[in-house]
Amino acid sequence: MKGIQVFDPALCCSSGVCGTDVDQALVNFAADVDWAKQNGIIIERFNLAKEPLSFAENPVVKAFLADAGHEALPLILVDGKLILAGRYPNRSELARWAGHIPPEEKSCCSGKCCG
Amino acid sequence: MKFLEHPPRFLLFTGKGGVGKTSIACATAITLANSGLRVLLVSTDPASNVGQVFGITIGNRVTPVTAVTNLYALEIDPQAAAAEYRERIIGPVRGLLPESVLHTIEEQLSGACTTEIAAFDEFTSLLTDPALSVDYDHIVFDTAPTGHTIRMLQLPGAWSGFLEAAKGDASCLGPLAGLAKQRTQYKEAVNALADHLRTRMVLVSRPQQAALSEVARTCEELSAIGISQHYLVLNGILPEGEAAKDELARAIVMREQSALSAMPESLKALPTDQIALKPFNLVGLDALSALFNEPQAQLPALSKEPATFTAPPLSRLVDEIAADGHGLIMFMGKGGVGKTTLAAALAVELAHRGLPVHLSTSDPAAHLIETLSGRQENLTVSRIDPEAETERYRQEVVDSKGKGLDSEGLALLEEDLRSPCTEEIAVFKAFSRIIGDADRKFVVMDTAPTGHTLLLLDATGAYHREFTRQSGSSEEQKITPMMQLQNRKQTKVLIVTLAETTPVLEAANLQEDLRRASIEPWAWIINNSVAAAVTHSTLLRERAENELVEIKSVAHHYAARYAVVPLLKEEPVGEQRLRALTCSVPPPVAE
Repeated sequence: MKGIQVFDPALCCSSGVCGTDVDQALVNFAADVDWAKQNGIIIERFNLAKEPLSFAENPVVKAFLADAGHEALPLILVDGKLILAGRYPNRSELARWAGHIPPEEKSCCSGKCCG
Repeated sequence: MKFLEHPPRFLLFTGKGGVGKTSIACATAITLANSGLRVLLVSTDPASNVGQVFGITIGNRVTPVTAVTNLYALEIDPQAAAAEYRERIIGPVRGLLPESVLHTIEEQLSGACTTEIAAFDEFTSLLTDPALSVDYDHIVFDTAPTGHTIRMLQLPGAWSGFLEAAKGDASCLGPLAGLAKQRTQYKEAVNALADHLRTRMVLVSRPQQAALSEVARTCEELSAIGISQHYLVLNGILPEGEAAKDELARAIVMREQSALSAMPESLKALPTDQIALKPFNLVGLDALSALFNEPQAQLPALSKEPATFTAPPLSRLVDEIAADGHGLIMFMGKGGVGKTTLAAALAVELAHRGLPVHLSTSDPAAHLIETLSGRQENLTVSRIDPEAETERYRQEVVDSKGKGLDSEGLALLEEDLRSPCTEEIAVFKAFSRIIGDADRKFVVMDTAPTGHTLLLLDATGAYHREFTRQSGSSEEQKITPMMQLQNRKQTKVLIVTLAETTPVLEAANLQEDLRRASIEPWAWIINNSVAAAVTHSTLLRERAENELVEIKSVAHHYAARYAVVPLLKEEPVGEQRLRALTCSVPPPVAE
């Protein structure tokens, strides 16, 4: 199975509490990440304000930041390759990238043997 | 002193800046050391005057205080601790990531929470590591972590996310990712704080109504998380004997005594000590040793005539503001310095001059504002209830963000929403609805967000959306509140402080914080100044002498322009008295 890495912008609270608007995209994505993990998808999130080293040590992310700036985050890598930038993916995208059965379909053995 | 009877191993003093925590902690340490016990005094006072008090250099390592046998001291600079800890996160990526990215990260780690947690981190080991504390019978801290910090440290959800796994969802504790210690150590520190056999929490307050209600809140907050059996110290009470000699002193004595008798019940139940206002500066061993003594029955006569001091009056600032015809005027400063009164005084005076004014206050006890409503035709008044706004905002967030979270995640989110930033954001959000009016009239507000909050809001872009929606302006000509606050033609920020060491230092920090957001405060107002009032009381005159040093430092180091408002005999309630604050020239100090 392929691993998904999500590079988040610098958020004081990843809950987005500090904004005047509650960012619905963040809310939805947090739920999607939970769903993905429960379904055995390997997904990691990195927050720029907390783990900048993870950004600096990844050549793809580092180059992206140098060219596009932190305003262009989030950035999503699948198996180290840039797949999406500037918005969060939805559930079916996550499933597709992970080579996983789409959320609508029932898995025969909770994702492990058929993945 | 009751709080000195059978003291446990740790003594912590809590209360807002300028109430005298450091002096009381010093005097406590001296008293205990003089009784033959080995004492370590730990200060996190940003004014960091413990060394000065004892005439030695201390700094961030345990130093013997040579003048007092058995006494050792340690100074922790919270700002330096926070900077060090930002460096732990940013240092490794400096030169690897673009400057603009580093700036964003740095700002995220520059809030008040970061400073507080970094300072707490510095002394955690003293509470938990027997090897470090075995040499001392008592450790005296001139500060204590807030309820918010302690609750955060107690929440399992705050840790499971990133400290143990080094990633995941974060919160106000996010900064902890850069901290060196382990969860078990923080847990043990919190346990030590909650154990009254090991720790005594001493609440310190001035005898003023606003200060006392704040202390009552702290008391309840700490009790709710299992830290109880507090002691209360009422510091700086003007002795009743002074009332006979002087009108101003009489008014102050009456005000203080009525504040004390109206004290919240939760405080009245605590073992309480009173410390009288002293006629001397609390610097040096002799002065500190005398802090807990009864006030002298007879004060020596004034050694010299007070220095002549002509305070620049508020009216000068008002003239300049009025000349603009409209604009946003924001008063900023710590709680209890008189922002609401000054905002009301300015609004009333501008309206009296025929200018259109809208006054907006977030003071929960804004009875003086309510009396103004409808009195002048070009003055409108609105009130924002910070509690209601914050609650509404909390509910909004929990409803939308809370779904899908497990109970640990939800507890963490709710604690995030109890951070001081949340209230600031919620209140400013409410205020921003009227900011747009400032291009037609004066909008006067008694509060402002910190630079840190503004930068965070600006970074998320949330305000751009908010403002565009409310002002109805098109995309091309969108002006964010941040841009409006940065524009000196549109906005004037007035910093309000008191002529005392810690309040001035706190105000200077506020100014630095605003400058990070490219907002330059327009003026400073020194409120409740004894130096600018007339008094024959020896005690008050001594205080006035001390104030002059602080006023000078504001004038020379901090303020582009400033005004001094005298301490008044009566609360300036009502239109006439409020106007008197701004239109009259204060009396000369030396008669």
